[in-house]
Amino acid sequence: MDIAIQILPTLLLGAEVTLRLTVISVSIGCVIGLFMGLARLSKSRILRAVGTAYVDFFRGTPLLVQALVIYFGIPQLINDFQTWLAVTYDIPRFQTFRFDIWAAAILVCSLNSGAYIAEIFRAGVQSIERGQMEAARSLGMTHVQAMRYVILPQAFKRVIPPLGNEFILMLKDTSILSAIGFVELTRRAQLINADLVAPFPIYITAALIYLAMTLTFSRLVDWLERRLKTE
Amino acid sequence: MIETRNLVKNFGSLEVLKGINCRIREGEVVCMIGASGSGKSTFLRCLNLLEQPTSGEVYIDGVCLTDPKVDINKVRQKTGMVFQLFNLFPHKTALENVTLAPKKVLRLSPKEADERGRALLAKVGLSDKAHAYPSQLSGGQQQRVAIARALAMQPKVMLFDEPTSSLDPEMVGEVLAVMKDLAREGMTMAVVTHEMGFAREVADRVLFLHEGQILEEGTPQEIFSSPREERTRAFLSKIL
Ligand SMILES: Nc1ncnc2c1ncn2[C@@H]1O[C@H](COP(=O)(O)OP(=O)(O)OP(=O)(O)O)[C@@H](O)[C@H]1O
Ligand SMILES: [Mg+2]
Repeated sequence: MDIAIQILPTLLLGAEVTLRLTVISVSIGCVIGLFMGLARLSKSRILRAVGTAYVDFFRGTPLLVQALVIYFGIPQLINDFQTWLAVTYDIPRFQTFRFDIWAAAILVCSLNSGAYIAEIFRAGVQSIERGQMEAARSLGMTHVQAMRYVILPQAFKRVIPPLGNEFILMLKDTSILSAIGFVELTRRAQLINADLVAPFPIYITAALIYLAMTLTFSRLVDWLERRLKTE
Repeated sequence: MIETRNLVKNFGSLEVLKGINCRIREGEVVCMIGASGSGKSTFLRCLNLLEQPTSGEVYIDGVCLTDPKVDINKVRQKTGMVFQLFNLFPHKTALENVTLAPKKVLRLSPKEADERGRALLAKVGLSDKAHAYPSQLSGGQQQRVAIARALAMQPKVMLFDEPTSSLDPEMVGEVLAVMKDLAREGMTMAVVTHEMGFAREVADRVLFLHEGQILEEGTPQEIFSSPREERTRAFLSKIL
């Protein structure tokens, strides 16, 4: 108990990092998801293929592996390329490329949540009755106008609850980034434990902090859902 | 005003319209009847390209819609459509439903669009419901808003696809009354309906569709009182 109280401030600093990473990543994920979701619904085969490949890749591979590929794999690729340029064309090398860990964490989580959010948006748009698009088009609106003024405003309302769930899932999944050394809540706990060697109180405290955050947000989502229904 | 030449529509291997030739003059009101699945909706939807015809030509006000060079959004402005299930925009008020397309498509100023919208809501008897959402309106009121919404684009032709068949019986009259007013003002109308009273009173011509073809056409008197075709007779005896 003493240990829990003693480490709480440090863990809360980690929780703040976790929360910040989640908010930033899910926000960027929403933008990516909107475009990728619309790409999957597009008439163009190429756009559809791009959207599908993206969604399949990021939903079909573990977040940990995605993090390893991006944080370690991509710098290697860039540096090897630089070496090749230097050797073949005598172009001077730039500095050795290294990912800023925040940038890598945001990139991985945004791309990952973007894939799930793309599916949420796609389902949201598809859940709008066909008659809405037909009515809009019959009034002379273009496809883009119909999407913008008729379909998307209705779809946005319907995707708020699943977006909330995605936020909660992402909040927990950011713990995976501890494996690449990103110091969020879980990594903080591990570091403290390396020092104090008291795994039970340390990790259970970390767990309770996660629980407090996820419960708060799931209540918030429930409340929003109820409000949207009564509207 | 409306003309189709050998209009064919297939859904995959299903031949839904088998070469329809039809002419509707300016100011004429034409009612279409026929069994479920005979292709009435499909025909109507080909008239504003909600369905792309497989072959044949469609002319609206002299413009050939099936010509690939035609700007379909422009032509659709000339044809208003009213749907069986209203298809009002649920996130917009009655007035916003009516003014959305004039604002975004015709680029009317909010003030002009509002004036036009209020005038049309008054015309369909719903001035007091301007700020109600569709979910707060009865079926009959929703359909009247839908008619006002279509009229807001000042179309030359109005297409109605069973506008009263999802309404409670007591609300059918108010919608038909609005349609009668429109007909009296000289609007060109193509109406899929099984409201025989309306057809008798308002229609200049009635078409009987059967398996994707116009099997019989004539004045309401001719079709309802002395149909020539056995199939027309069989159909009428079922619904009357
Ligand atoms: N999008 C579509 N894809 C495939 N088949 C379709 C499609 N739309 C209509 N059909 C088929 O075309 C035929 C004609 O349909 P349509 O809706 O035009 O009939 P209708 O005369 O309007 O019937 P109802 O009185 O039931 O409205 C039906 O067999 C229907 O199943
Ligand atoms: Mg129909």
